[in-house]
Amino acid sequence: MDFLMNAMQSLPASMQLSGPLAWTITALVAAGVTMGVVSLVALLAVYAERKVSADMQARVGPMHVGWHGILQTTADAIKLMLKEDLVPAMADKWLFITAPLLVFGGAFIGWAVLPLCKGWAPVDLNIGVVYLLATSSLVALGIIMAGWGSHNKWSLYGAMRTAAQFLSYEIPTALHLLPAILLAGSLNLTALANSQAGGMGNMANWAIWNPFCFLSFFCYFISGLAETNRVPFDLPESESELVAGFHVEYSGMRFAFFFLAEYAELFLVSAIASLVFLGGWNGPFGLESSFLYLAKVLVMMFVAIWLRWTLPRFRIDQLMGLCWKFLIPLGLINILGVGFWIYYFRT
Amino acid sequence: MDALLPSLLFYAFAGVILGSAAFTAFARDIVHAAFSLLFTFFGLACLYLYLGADFVGLSQVVIYVGGILVLLLFGVMFTGHQTQETEKRTVNFYWGLALIALLGAGMVPALLKAPWAVKSAAELPEAKSTISSIATLLMTDYLLPFEIASLLLLMALIGAVVIARGETKTDEGESPETSA
Repeated sequence: MDFLMNAMQSLPASMQLSGPLAWTITALVAAGVTMGVVSLVALLAVYAERKVSADMQARVGPMHVGWHGILQTTADAIKLMLKEDLVPAMADKWLFITAPLLVFGGAFIGWAVLPLCKGWAPVDLNIGVVYLLATSSLVALGIIMAGWGSHNKWSLYGAMRTAAQFLSYEIPTALHLLPAILLAGSLNLTALANSQAGGMGNMANWAIWNPFCFLSFFCYFISGLAETNRVPFDLPESESELVAGFHVEYSGMRFAFFFLAEYAELFLVSAIASLVFLGGWNGPFGLESSFLYLAKVLVMMFVAIWLRWTLPRFRIDQLMGLCWKFLIPLGLINILGVGFWIYYFRT
Repeated sequence: MDALLPSLLFYAFAGVILGSAAFTAFARDIVHAAFSLLFTFFGLACLYLYLGADFVGLSQVVIYVGGILVLLLFGVMFTGHQTQETEKRTVNFYWGLALIALLGAGMVPALLKAPWAVKSAAELPEAKSTISSIATLLMTDYLLPFEIASLLLLMALIGAVVIARGETKTDEGESPETSA
């Protein structure tokens, strides 16, 4: 929001606003812009998901709406908005209605601290990483609310799996971000990316080249996929056993909110990974560009889509085993290791 | 910033906290009560942030919303759906009333007598992030309590893993069962 405030300072004096009104207007503009970006990202990501999956299965995917089906997701979005608004008769009406808003709201408010390019974070929060970990818990609660409110046994199973999965994977997500944070000495996302500048080819200082952070990067990405319920960890909505899990009763606009939230979260996880581990906007040959940062995020998202159409789903006990017996111990070891690293190589 | 917006924000947060807390206390459906608690925790976190305690505010969300509330709902879900026919009655109404009266008699005079540190905005130090000063205090004056607390949490973590492992060892042949 600071850059909006600064932009307003450059207006002619007669047009300048101050006080709470100016503050409210800049906040609303920042939120509106972020909302637009989230929707655009989700539209393009859904299209990419369909095209990539089609290619992997030797199909062509959507081809008819627009050039190579580029407008297909837009058409789908319009269709979802025009659909009848259904609430099942036995559902808990208030929980059923609030749940999609909570899920999308949780994914959306995380974007508040995310720099969209260098120096353009809506709110450049000093403890951005903690904020992101905090907001992700809203999504899990929204999913539980949806599962309970639908009054459907498959939804309920999906919700219970979400609760277990989220409680478990919250821990390795935080643990595996810590080594890079310890190296950078900051919890601010912009500062984290900036601390990785310089070195050979503007790449040598990336956190990922540290042996402990190298492991943590992959573990963080795995935990992130699990927290966003992506395949191979999409047990809460596994279609072969639970039909569609927690959102089986949802249709139309409410379903669209779940869909939007999934891609908003996927982008968030990819963006955090590229900011914290891959140097953000710092790139090879001394380049420093926001396009580079976006490219990294898109590559990470592509990897997530790639994994979805390559790997089969985990079993629930394998999922829990992976978290508690592998990711968490490794996270603790990595934190200890990076502590020794800083002690012996930095001081 | 004018005085209007801060006080408006404060009363909005206070309203959310009190309203949802009252709903939690009076709701007849335990799941509704639990979800209403979400808004209480969230409103409290907003109030902490508003008072400049950014780390405390976010910890409130991480621990209470992300941990305790999810666990609470996880437990409630095993109780099954309450239907319209489920008997819902009030028990110990008069005893409760007496207890409230007793507590109120103790608390109201204390609240009235408390020396509230009311300061104008100009007297307060400039707002900055509290996280580095909290970290400094934890690593110096409060190192021992901090280490003991972290050791306790680490023990709980390892204990969870050990319990999960133990089941797989005793029931060999069967598919291992784990829970969160």
